[in-house]
Amino acid sequence: MSDFQSNEYIQFFDGGIAPTLENLGGKGASLVTMTEAGMPVPPGFVVATAAFDAFMDAAGITAEIHELLAGVDPEDVAAVDRLSLRIREDITSRPIPEAVRDLTRQAYDALQSRFDAPAPVAVRSSATAEDLPDASFAGQQDTYLWLEGFESVGEHIRRCWASLYTSRAIIYRLKNNIPNEGLSMAVVVQKMVNARVSGVAMTLDPANGDRSKITIDASYGVGEMVVSGQVTPDNIMLDKVTLATVREHIGDKHAELVPDPAAHALVEREVDAGRRAVRSLTDAELEAVARMAKRAEKHYKCPQDIEWALDRDLPDGENLLLLQSRPETVHASKAPAPAAAAGSLWGGFSGTGTAGTQPGAPSSSAAGGFGLGSITASLLKPSA
Amino acid sequence: MSMKSFPKPSELPVPAGAEGWEKLYPYYLVFQDKLKEQEDAKFWFCDSQHWPTVFKPFETIGGEFAVKCLGQYNARHLMIPNANGIDFRIHLGYLYMSPIPVAEEKIAGRVPLFEQRVGHYFQNWEELLRQWHVKVRGTIDEMESLSFRKLPETVPFEDIVSGKAKDGSEVLLENYDRLIQLCYQNWQYHFEFLNLGYIAYLDFFNFCKQVFPDIPDQSIATMVQGVDMELFRPDDELKGLAVLASELGLQSAFGNTDDVDATLDAVAALPGGDRWLAQYREAQDPWFNFTVGNGFYGHDKYWNEHQEIPLGYIADYIRRVDAGQEIMRPKEALVAEKERIVEEYRDLLEGEAQAVFDAKRTLAATAYPYVENHNFYIEHWTMGVFWRKVRELSRMMHAEGFWNEPDDLLYLGRNEVRDALFDLVTGWGVGAESPIGPVYWPQEIERRRGIIDALKTARPAPALNTPPASITEPFTRMLWGITTEQVQQWLGEGEAVEGGGLRGMAASPGVVEGIARVVTDADQLAEVQQDEILVAPVTAPSWGPIFGKIKATVTDIGGMMSHAAIVCREYGLPAVTGTGSASTTITTGQRLRVDGTKGTVEILDAPAVTGPGAHSHHHGHDAEPANV
Repeated sequence: MSDFQSNEYIQFFDGGIAPTLENLGGKGASLVTMTEAGMPVPPGFVVATAAFDAFMDAAGITAEIHELLAGVDPEDVAAVDRLSLRIREDITSRPIPEAVRDLTRQAYDALQSRFDAPAPVAVRSSATAEDLPDASFAGQQDTYLWLEGFESVGEHIRRCWASLYTSRAIIYRLKNNIPNEGLSMAVVVQKMVNARVSGVAMTLDPANGDRSKITIDASYGVGEMVVSGQVTPDNIMLDKVTLATVREHIGDKHAELVPDPAAHALVEREVDAGRRAVRSLTDAELEAVARMAKRAEKHYKCPQDIEWALDRDLPDGENLLLLQSRPETVHASKAPAPAAAAGSLWGGFSGTGTAGTQPGAPSSSAAGGFGLGSITASLLKPSA
Repeated sequence: MSMKSFPKPSELPVPAGAEGWEKLYPYYLVFQDKLKEQEDAKFWFCDSQHWPTVFKPFETIGGEFAVKCLGQYNARHLMIPNANGIDFRIHLGYLYMSPIPVAEEKIAGRVPLFEQRVGHYFQNWEELLRQWHVKVRGTIDEMESLSFRKLPETVPFEDIVSGKAKDGSEVLLENYDRLIQLCYQNWQYHFEFLNLGYIAYLDFFNFCKQVFPDIPDQSIATMVQGVDMELFRPDDELKGLAVLASELGLQSAFGNTDDVDATLDAVAALPGGDRWLAQYREAQDPWFNFTVGNGFYGHDKYWNEHQEIPLGYIADYIRRVDAGQEIMRPKEALVAEKERIVEEYRDLLEGEAQAVFDAKRTLAATAYPYVENHNFYIEHWTMGVFWRKVRELSRMMHAEGFWNEPDDLLYLGRNEVRDALFDLVTGWGVGAESPIGPVYWPQEIERRRGIIDALKTARPAPALNTPPASITEPFTRMLWGITTEQVQQWLGEGEAVEGGGLRGMAASPGVVEGIARVVTDADQLAEVQQDEILVAPVTAPSWGPIFGKIKATVTDIGGMMSHAAIVCREYGLPAVTGTGSASTTITTGQRLRVDGTKGTVEILDAPAVTGPGAHSHHHGHDAEPANV
């Protein structure tokens, strides 16, 4: 790697500085810890919240923004829209302070120096409250894909900062009584994956919270179309322990987002019928995605929701990349209550005593802890 | 919704030449006109898993003893609350079964009895199982001591001197009765632990399905299955002998293993040959009491009497060892993988659920291995000795002119054999020129042979009459893999397989493509080529050595716990079991895609092979090699 030293404004994923949520935001902090854990994360750096703070200080507009926001009615969507546009235009027209700009350029150059050819990058906002288990801001901040050259990157960093004041974000904060004071925003700059196939994976069954399953959504091209629900991906459920396929559904996957070298941008392209009809992942790739999800869960010690991609330019076996890993909070709380379930087995059959109440019958504990009652119930279960 | 039905027994056509087949079997084994209404109201499924071929009259003994003794443990010993035994009939030569439920109002009353009895067994498992081994060995030893020798010309003088006053015919009669009784005895023992093994498994199975919805059945099986099983021991012995032969450089002796004596002589003549032969003899007792069949047919061949079979397998293993292949089962790796799987599922649970998981798994892992291991002691060892004694008797009577072929006794019912024996001892005792049998039986046996051969031209129906809306009886589901979905599949109402093909049980995971080899009889096993996909009505675990050659297995009948499924998981081969009709739909030479994870079989191309042997309708010893 280059000799770029991570600092107050810029932290490389592999820069060796312990991440904090307030400095790097949820996404940025997560990318640093995943990289530290040795997971295959595409390289990049985080423009820390300190950079945003320095930018806003230099612009001197924070107090004015707070004042404007204090007077707006969240029910008046048109008014919020007008205000949002005004604030965002204000932010994106301000210059980035020189110190921040220089360090960001150096970081961008250091990142590019790792590749043989200029590599497009993705720029994503990384909010300090986003992705947290108790306040899901997911999808409320911005992502810009396939950017080339520092000018464009700098431009989009500013747009990420401005995305703190989208209409949706403003309304959300107003309705949830989240104060505007102390708001900040980090921005992730990461090598763009040239995704052949990508998607998400959850280390549980979202239908019932069953943690012995891994659920994978996969589709062609860059994963934004899966994440935003624009395509019906392949949906596969695997057993977490043996990685056997429990069930799968081949999605239509009618379109894919792929780079257009001439346009220097991602373009949406139709997927032909032959590729739609088959699963987008081979058995080996499916297993690799599942193993990666398991590894992320083991590392974070709680169910995870990951984003992954298979890079077209990397060799087999090294081409699976982890783009994101966050705690799965929506469904994890739904997990079946096995202890209660086990205890209630006996209750399913009325009109009989348990083994313990039978004279001469062995007690279940003496018999090694198995429950005779539940053995009986097992046999009587209608769909054994 | 009206349910589709299977044919009624009376609707199945009697193959030409099989008219009068009913009289080959005892009255209680065939459907009765006077019971037509009751019998037609029941659902009967065909057990072609254990009885894939038409019964000769004597061979009903295995079906009768096995299914009767299975039932007695449900209905009389263990008092399974909701399941009695299984009623059974022979129709057109095949065995059909119908589970007998317990009346709803009687279930609760059986629960305390059931729990007391099952509790006693589970608490005293080790000791009772130890006793079982003693009892079963005792039966086998006694059976081994029985003999059926030709009666002497005169009573020996010492019997005159001692005043014995018996002519020895009583020994013949007693030995025959004793042989039948000993066979019955070990079939009673066979089921002493079997139902319990399934009960413990089912309990753990249901718990797993509850805490891990949709957990693959394979995972549950892996967590309770033994790795070092007695069922695999005969095959392991052959592998060990092959490794030793290779080390000692004895390859040259194995050029023509069909000639057993020449092969063993050649080994003896080579340096190190003595050492190899010592290990070979050591392995024979008891591990060569092993059949390539399933123990239920008089024509099943046992290794001990057909040493060309194990020697052929050894020769094949030697070639693989010399080619650098690892033939020994990776027991340590299998144990480690099993432990990992147990540990990972366990870690997904917390607190009390984890303790329940441990208790239930421990019980299942203690009780379930019996389900796999008993097979060697009864189906292989006991029945191996039994059929050998039956042949000894048949050949003695053949020599007395009772029938034309040495093994024709199989065309008599077991009680007819008593009559024939008394005919023999009477003719001998009174000093007549000949017993009556020689003028009666040869012609009668030819008539019966014609009927049996005619019955063999038709495959059984998978089931009879109208199935219930759902199949709930736990043993039917577990032992035979007869589920509601399976029955729907047979009726053609199941979910279709893409591109046409067959659906069955996902019995062992993995996906492969390869060339089909349809095997309907153990005698065809020699035709199986490297990397083919074995397609069979049912496989016997004793086909072990060919599992090292094939890429996947597809069967007509059998569930997750069928022997084919167990062996395939052990060998790491994909398996789809219980397809209903693979062996009659698929022809040798077709290219298949077998998905043992999903339970589907696709036929990838049109039939490439026609002519004798290509179809799967061959039976008995006359099966011809497939034309490839």
